[in-house]
Amino acid sequence: MPKVTFQEELCKGCELCTMVCPKKIIVIATDRMNSKGYRPATVHETEKCIGCAFCARMCPDSVIEVEK
Amino acid sequence: MTKVYEKTSMLTDKPFHYCPGCTHGIIHKLVAEVIQELGVAEKTIGVASVGCSVFSYDYFNCDMQQASHGRAPAVATGIKRVHPDSVVFTYQGDGDLASIGTAEIVHAATRGEKITTIFVNNAIYGMTGGQMAPTTLLGQKTTTSPNGRSAEANGYPIRVSEMLATLNGVAYIERVSVHDIKHIIQAKKAIRKAFEAQLSRKGFSLIEVLSTCSTNWGMTPIESLQWLQDEMIPYYPLGIKKEDGAV
Amino acid sequence: MAKVLMKGNEAIAEAAIQAGCRFFFGYPITPQNEIPAYMAKMLPKIGGCFLQAESEVAAINMVYGASGAGARVMTSSSSPGISLKQEGISYIAGAELPCVIVNIVRGGPGLGGIQPAQSDYFQSTKGGGHGDYRLVVLAPSTIQEAVDLVMDGFDIADQYRNPVLILGDGMLGQMMEPIEFGQHRKRVLPEKTWATTGWKGDRPRSIINSLFIDPQELENHNFALQKKYDEIMQHEVKVECYHCEDAEIIVAAYGTTARIIKNVIELAKNEGIKVGMIRPITLWPFPTETFVQVADQEYVKAFLSVEMSMGQMVEDVKLSVNGKKPVYFSGRTGGMVPTPREILAVIKSIKGGME
Repeated sequence: MPKVTFQEELCKGCELCTMVCPKKIIVIATDRMNSKGYRPATVHETEKCIGCAFCARMCPDSVIEVEK
Repeated sequence: MTKVYEKTSMLTDKPFHYCPGCTHGIIHKLVAEVIQELGVAEKTIGVASVGCSVFSYDYFNCDMQQASHGRAPAVATGIKRVHPDSVVFTYQGDGDLASIGTAEIVHAATRGEKITTIFVNNAIYGMTGGQMAPTTLLGQKTTTSPNGRSAEANGYPIRVSEMLATLNGVAYIERVSVHDIKHIIQAKKAIRKAFEAQLSRKGFSLIEVLSTCSTNWGMTPIESLQWLQDEMIPYYPLGIKKEDGAV
Repeated sequence: MAKVLMKGNEAIAEAAIQAGCRFFFGYPITPQNEIPAYMAKMLPKIGGCFLQAESEVAAINMVYGASGAGARVMTSSSSPGISLKQEGISYIAGAELPCVIVNIVRGGPGLGGIQPAQSDYFQSTKGGGHGDYRLVVLAPSTIQEAVDLVMDGFDIADQYRNPVLILGDGMLGQMMEPIEFGQHRKRVLPEKTWATTGWKGDRPRSIINSLFIDPQELENHNFALQKKYDEIMQHEVKVECYHCEDAEIIVAAYGTTARIIKNVIELAKNEGIKVGMIRPITLWPFPTETFVQVADQEYVKAFLSVEMSMGQMVEDVKLSVNGKKPVYFSGRTGGMVPTPREILAVIKSIKGGME
């Protein structure tokens, strides 16, 4: 099953990943902030991830790593 | 489990200082990935310019030189003439390349300098706080065109890629965008072709990447990518402007 | 070695080649065009690279790139073109890069004229470009000296990682004199491990840069630069004292003017006036110590700075003499060259004023 990891400290909450995910499973966390004050992007429904890595390709800050 | 996508070794560990959603981050990745995939990292020397990307020497994992505003193509010329077997690239914004640096880019192109220029066009001066650029669109509001750029007061925006493509020394010029995955993939292909033109010593290559500046455009990153599609692409059409034979 | 008759500009170019310079970036401007022309002819023959840049601005930035990549590189121009290069020169100094810049001075300001002048002294020694930096400024008086200073100039640039300016003038550039090559004694110089040659992981990544956005870092960088300049001031001063022993009037002059002064000293001697000359060869570092010692001599009654300008070096003479003796100025400018008789008249009037 594909695995997607977010290095939350690097995330700037720009939301570009949420825009490109074909499964629309990326959300901005509401319950936490990183030390820079951004709410990081994250995935809850990890079982729906297809490992396309569109999110990782879009991310300007290399926050996301995708494994399959 | 195998890695489908991870950060390239051609970028250092330093986190980017760019604004959230800034396309510089995407473009840096594409350039770095291409250099790594071509296997030329050890002979690459990059030239940083003056703009938001002034610190790019902290991000690209190769020898770098910092150039003064507009002069990166001249600095790159000096480097490439000394080390003709190296891979030399400049990374410049629209103020750096199309305003103060107009002479340098035109002459590097017409001399057919075997360097590759990554031209990040976001129609505004980012680092200095949102002034009008040579590529600012008619009607676009900036701090130095507060009522919107007018042709009478400020002249017309410059289509750099088409202009440089008229020069014989140019081997490859393409205008690309990074507003969605399809275009990001196309942009990476174009950047690779540009570096390949340098490696096969065909001449000067430039990739104009239509980009955003959410902060100075006053939009969210997602809105900015939409504005790029709706407003910039009609005036700056994507595509290959000069291609000198098969690469 | 046999002597060869050469034009100043061409000799300067040949000296650079003999010093190992293989990269030259320049732009046409009178009266130095023979330098790029010579380089254009010779460099391709020896595997070097000559490029006529699109402007003096582009040329100095090509010098920056080539120097940062580890090469011995030179550019040349004349006054207005040197003005254009100032930002680039500041960057080169800030990034601690070696290079040689040749200024064949013409009358100014602005488009000015094309005849020789010495009106770029301020520009050369007091900055020219922005920020706290110094150029090592070498002022030859003969073409032989120009050859020797160009060759040593490359070594000085490499040794201290600093730009070196050869301050000539249109007279030196255009005249011909017999010269001898092969006199230069090379310095022992460190390897340029800091240059951008492609990073293979066997050394730190080379980054050629003058940007230090953190103010404490930038201050520290300036302290380090100053330490370098202190070292240069300690070791690199060059000056000629000509007939200064028991001279009552000391003339300060450099370059072409200094040659004229040697005639003046002869003429003055015939009229019973003892005149000597302090000829700075390094305009920076300025030979302050020499002026101090000479000013201390009881027999010295006055100083006269003679320049082809409205009076620029005279300020450094005054600073060095520090009020001990009066300092006068005499000069022609705009491309006018003073005659020995004109200067003798000034000396006589100074002498007359003393009596």
